[in-house]
Order: sequence, then structure tokens, then C-alpha cells
Amino acid sequence: MTTQLLLVQALNGLQLGILLFLVAAGLTLVFGVMDFINLAHGVQYMLGAYLGAALAAATGSFWLGLVLALPAALAAGLLLEVLVFRHLYARDHLAQVLATFGVILFLNEGVKVVWGAAPLQVAIPSLLEGGIEIMPGLQYPVYRVAVLGAGLATGALLWWLVERTKVGMLVRAGASNAPMVSALGVDINRLFTLVFAFGAMLAGFAGVLAGPIFSVEPGMGDNVLILAFVVIVIGGIGSIRGAFIAALLVGLIDTLGKSVAPDLLRLVLDPSAARQAGAALASMLVYVAMAAILAFRPAGLFPVRGG
Amino acid sequence: MREAWLPLAVLAALGVAPLLGFGGSYELTLLARAMILGMAAVSLAFLVGGAGLVSLGHAAAVGVGAYAVAILDAHGVTDAARVVPAAIGAAAVFSMLTGAIAIRTSGVHFIMITLAFGQMAFFTASSLAAYGGDDGYTLYSRTEVAGTRLLENRLVFHYLCLGLLALTWAACAMLLASRFGRVLRAARENAQRVEAVGLAPYPFRLVGYTLAGAMGGLAGFLLANATEFVSPATLSWQRSGELLFMVILGGAGRLWGAILGALVFVLLETWLAQQMQHWKLVFGPLLVLAVIFLRGGLAGVVARRHG
Repeated sequence: MTTQLLLVQALNGLQLGILLFLVAAGLTLVFGVMDFINLAHGVQYMLGAYLGAALAAATGSFWLGLVLALPAALAAGLLLEVLVFRHLYARDHLAQVLATFGVILFLNEGVKVVWGAAPLQVAIPSLLEGGIEIMPGLQYPVYRVAVLGAGLATGALLWWLVERTKVGMLVRAGASNAPMVSALGVDINRLFTLVFAFGAMLAGFAGVLAGPIFSVEPGMGDNVLILAFVVIVIGGIGSIRGAFIAALLVGLIDTLGKSVAPDLLRLVLDPSAARQAGAALASMLVYVAMAAILAFRPAGLFPVRGG
Repeated sequence: MREAWLPLAVLAALGVAPLLGFGGSYELTLLARAMILGMAAVSLAFLVGGAGLVSLGHAAAVGVGAYAVAILDAHGVTDAARVVPAAIGAAAVFSMLTGAIAIRTSGVHFIMITLAFGQMAFFTASSLAAYGGDDGYTLYSRTEVAGTRLLENRLVFHYLCLGLLALTWAACAMLLASRFGRVLRAARENAQRVEAVGLAPYPFRLVGYTLAGAMGGLAGFLLANATEFVSPATLSWQRSGELLFMVILGGAGRLWGAILGALVFVLLETWLAQQMQHWKLVFGPLLVLAVIFLRGGLAGVVARRHG
């Protein structure tokens, strides 16, 4: 493991973390404000990727695809909210988990019907092709740098929205005590819908960005969903700051673990066994970290709800 | 219990099914699968409905039991006297260790941490290169009983599944009715009051969680033998979600609801899959509708009509 490789892997880890943050941000707000577990958030990410890919193919431009996919993802989120989720806010978590599980089945199958089961390839926009030299003799793809930048910018925008605007103030108040906010005369249902649609759009945005990096295929949202849940649970449910830090942490642990663990295990195991065990160990690391953090801080790193 | 006739009728129907023209290998395979998943679902209903512990990782306990069978098979151990205790024991130990940490949390965090442990088990199973890795492992033969290949006989296997399903149900019902079960149920309703009368819920919950895991392990033993195949998919979080859905579809308030839920789930899934290729497009929305409109589950509907 050279320093260069380590640097590349760290950048890849940060970039995975950024994508996770975009997905987790919506999830944590929906969870924090509405106390609603939305397993279908992962398929909204997938839907974003598909919409981006399809619209880019139809218009011939990645950028037009991106611009059109965002309102489409927003509309899809609103539609789901009205059709399904609205009926579940007052129900227990178990009912929410199961109903949104049904939505996952439907949408995973739905994209198969519309776009086929084979993965779609999305070309990197020509503006962001090629690599830049981050160290002498070390190239890193421009597109991945752009994803990092776009994610950080979105994160900053989100921070400003949540911490500095009136709507953000209501969202934060809703996260710590929704019935009280409602009692103070705020239409909490409108706030719910707004947060929900915005979260769906963020997940869709992450999906479009991920398109050229990962393959766009049915079920691509499931792994991201589970990781995003790990992120919001580690970060503390409802906390944007917690989600940001936890997302970077999870992205780094996952990516670095996958490249470092097999090498470390090779010291004690033979190469093929080390590769197998290392890959599994690396995939587990994230969950080990989550279990460890929850065991010592049951409410996550940055708990929002005060008792 | 006035409605006790229904579960008995269901079990009796399963008992006579092979004699009424459902004795073909296809029907018996399908019914065995339904009964085995029914066992897993009953043990989960014991946790969810009885102890109020909503586990999204119950498939892991089942999978640990199934993998115990596979691993022993690979080492030439196929005697039921050793395989069954190993499957149950492995699942119980897994549940006890993970439960010891998970039960420290509650509510959403409990759902998430059981999911995380399930994922750890899933990735561990995927990494077991010696036992098939991602592709799964095909057993050399079914488990032998006292040196005979008794379980190869489909009818014997059918009645074994039925007997163990009835036994699991009876065991869970008796556990919940016992003093131990009363503490569990009381802690579900109000843990603080249980503490106030001088009982710590934690050890009771841990024992309950371990017992449910052990029963899941027994179901895993049967599942491995039914298909003579074990793969990481047995432990996937989607499978845990399906088990939860069986519990809710049947009605979480009643243990026997889980048997009903599993039967309906498996038969509906199979029937839909025969009708069309993209059956999940129908199955997903059905799931959503069941959660939204079928409160109290199928058992609740039956109980209301006859109650």
C-alpha cells in the first residue's frame, strides 16, 4: 500500500461519503421531523439515477438530464408522499417499515419493466472528462472531484437552509418537538410534505451524480439505503451535522477498509483466503462501527431530541 | 381463547393436505417452505407481538442455523443428533451475543441495530469461500436420523415440519402465558413500571431474544434440508423484512397469526409468480395496502368476525 494509493482511496472514500450524505440528509430530516422510517428512500436514489440516465439519453446531454431529473425526482417523491406515506405518519414504525418495503418491491420491479434488468451505462459529460494531477504522477478523475465539490456545495446550501432560514428553523424545531411546533400554529403537514419532497430530490440528485460512477441497475438503492441508515443512526437521528460527519466516516471506513483489510490479513493468511475474508471484513467494518457507537452512545454522536 | 379453533383448523388442514391431492412433490415442497417460514415467523411474532422487540434481523438467526447444517455437511457430519443441536445452539449463541448489545437500545435504534447485525452475518456468509461464498452451498445429502435417510421421504419431512411448527407455536404460547412471558409483555407496555415493581426488563428481553433466535435456528435447520441448499440470500435483510411482513399480515397481536401470514404470503407469492413475470409490481402495492387497511392483520379480521 503506497501513499499514492492510500490518497486515491481516501478521496474515493470521501466521495462515497458525500453521496451517502446527500441520501442520508433527506432520510434524517424525514426521520427526525416526522418520526417516519422511509425504507423507500433508497429507491428514490435509484429512481434519480434512472431518470438522469434516461433523460440524458433522450436529450443527448448529461446536464439537461440532470436539470430535468431533479424536478422529476421531486414529483415522484411528492406522488409517493400523497399516495402512500401520508397514511403512515400516525402509524408505528413497524407499519412504516413494511409499507415502504412494499414500495421498494414495486419500484425495483418497475424500473426493470421500463428500462430492463441490464445495467445502464451513463457517459461522463465531456466537460468533466479526463483527470487532474493531484500529486506528481498521480491522476484523479475530474468527474469524481466535481462530485466531491457538488456534494460539499449542496451540503453547505443545506446547512444554510436549515440553520439560517425560517423554514429551516421550523424544521429544526419540528425535529426536536413536532407536536409543540404544531401547537404554535405551524401547518406541520405542509412542513412534512416540503421536507419529504426536498429529501426525495436530494436522493435523486445523489442518484444522478452516481450514474457515471456506478452502474445504474435495479436494486442499486438497497445497499445505499442500508448505509444511509447506518449514517443517520451513527450521526444521531435528525441531525444534519451528525449525518455529514457520519457519512464521511462511513464512506472512509468502507472504502479504506476494502483496500487495506485484505493487505493486512495477508500477513496472517494465504493470499486467496485473505482476499475473501478481507472483503467480508471490510463490508462488516461499517456495521461493527455502528454497533460499537450505539453500544456506548445509544442515541448516536449528535442526538437532537433532548430526552 | 375463543378463536383457538382457527389455528388448529389451519394445522389440521396442513395435516390432511397430502391426503387430499396435495401430495405431489411440487405441492409438498411449497407447503414445507410455507411451514418452515411460518416457524420463523412465529418465533419473530413472539418477539414483536410478545416482547415488543421489532427485529429486522431475524433472518440472520434462521441463516445461522441453516449455515450450521451446511458447514457440518461439508465436514461429513450429517447425523441429526449432532446437526440439530448445533443449528439451534449456533443461532442461540448468535442471538445472545448480538442481543446483549441490541437490547441496550430501543425503538428505531433497535430496528436499525438488528438490521446491522443481520448485515454482518450476511457478509460473513458471503465470505465463507469454503462453503460456497456468494454462490451458496449445496448439501451432499439431507440430515440423517439414526443412520437412516428418513428425511428424504417427502411425506415424513412434511409431517416433521408440521410437528415442529405446532411445537414452536405451543412453546411460544406457553412462554408468553408463563410468569416469564408476563414480565416480557408488561415490559413491552411500560418498562418503567416493570422496573418500579422491582424487575429489570433487560435479562428477560435477552432470554426472550435468545429463545426466539434458537427457534429461528431450528427453522434454519429445516430450511437447509428442505432445499438442500444454503446461500447468503437466506440471511438478507429483505428476507427479514418478509418475515416481519408475515407477522404483520397475520396480525402481530396473535402468535398464530404468523402461521396464517406465512401461509398466505408464500402461496400468494407463488401464485402471482406463476401468473406474470413482474409479479412484484402487484405484490408490492398489495403489501402497502395490507399495512394501511388491514390493521390487526388477517387474524384480527377473523377474530372480529367471530369474536
